[in-house]
Amino acid sequence: MIVLDWLAAIGRYLREGIAQLGFATRFFFHLLGMTPGALRRPGLISEQTHFIGNYSLVIIIVSGLFVGMVLALQGYHTLNAYGAEQKLGEVVAAALLRELGPVVTALLFAGRAGTSLTAQIGLMKAGEQLSAMEMMAINPIQRVLAPRFLAGIIALPVLATIFSAVGVMGGWLVGVKLIGVDEGAFWSQMQANIDVQADVINSVIKSFVFGIAVTFTALFQGYFAQPTPEDVSRATTRTVVIASLMVWGLDFVMTAIMFNK
Amino acid sequence: MHRKSVDVWVGLFVLLGLAALLFLALKAGNMSTLSFGNTYLVTAKFDNIGGLKPQAPLKSAGVVVGRVGDIKFDSKTYQALVTLELEAGYKFPKDSSLKILTAGLLGEQYIGIEAGGDTNNLVNGDRIARTSSATVLEDLINQFIYSKAAEGKQEESK
Repeated sequence: MIVLDWLAAIGRYLREGIAQLGFATRFFFHLLGMTPGALRRPGLISEQTHFIGNYSLVIIIVSGLFVGMVLALQGYHTLNAYGAEQKLGEVVAAALLRELGPVVTALLFAGRAGTSLTAQIGLMKAGEQLSAMEMMAINPIQRVLAPRFLAGIIALPVLATIFSAVGVMGGWLVGVKLIGVDEGAFWSQMQANIDVQADVINSVIKSFVFGIAVTFTALFQGYFAQPTPEDVSRATTRTVVIASLMVWGLDFVMTAIMFNK
Repeated sequence: MHRKSVDVWVGLFVLLGLAALLFLALKAGNMSTLSFGNTYLVTAKFDNIGGLKPQAPLKSAGVVVGRVGDIKFDSKTYQALVTLELEAGYKFPKDSSLKILTAGLLGEQYIGIEAGGDTNNLVNGDRIARTSSATVLEDLINQFIYSKAAEGKQEESK
């Protein structure tokens, strides 16, 4: 009989999960419908972009620099074994543009901006600010959520591009200045083999999709958290976990579509 | 709508992103070698194009003078029909010849064009008649094996 209870629990858990997924999808389209209205107040979007984007710059730039430097170090040792250290520039740029730039930026963004968004909206809900807005006939989704959503999808591609560019510079610093790879070979191999359409544009597309996924997850978890301090903190954890999983899943799908020659 | 001080920071943020994108496109990518100038089209038929891909460079004396455009198959003559985009500034005589070469030992394949001696130049829509195909590694190996076998037979019959 315990087994039956157990099976019932699994079934209930699954059904709730699927219902939650459907609810989230419906809310996503509702939020999309609110965005044209939010565009009428660009000041709000600008403020949120500052909050989400500018304040993430330090961690993105430092992470980008170090990822680029580590890639150059690790890549050099393996390439040197095959006498192909001239290709170091190409390896660093390809790894950053195709995968690490969008994905690592999205994960850092989920951790930094995603949690702060969830906490902010959760606390607004706990402090009954959102209900107060509804009392004044202001749509809280249009006034509070939509500007943050737009700010997120603007900020993430910008941050990912900065990450990749700084990473390439970090790779140059370690590869050319520290290790001594030929500078001309470093840049010319990179330029010959990194295609602007296939790599740079795809990187921007990927980070745009990640921006949608991470920002929406953060807003959703914050908006529907229980208005208690414990649930707000649990919601921030959920944001990071769910956003990270979505990023990995979407990354795999997009890589398979984009880099499938 | 009045300006806020935060606008400056956000503007700088977006500008930094655009600068990064420009840096990646120009320095890290192949944008600086993409020519947006005028090109004229010329076609050529090859028996075997080997590993030639679209957008492969067309070089003369080692300098890029154009790109490979379309690669199609002519089902009447069973040859590959390659469309070449030559940059408008470079003129070649009508009897120029084309060869498919490899950059380095196992590198990417490109087309080398050698000028002929004709006084008339190629124009848009012309067909280049003199082409030689790519060297296929397997054929080279077969040739080598047969020549060694023939040498061996010669030695025996002596």
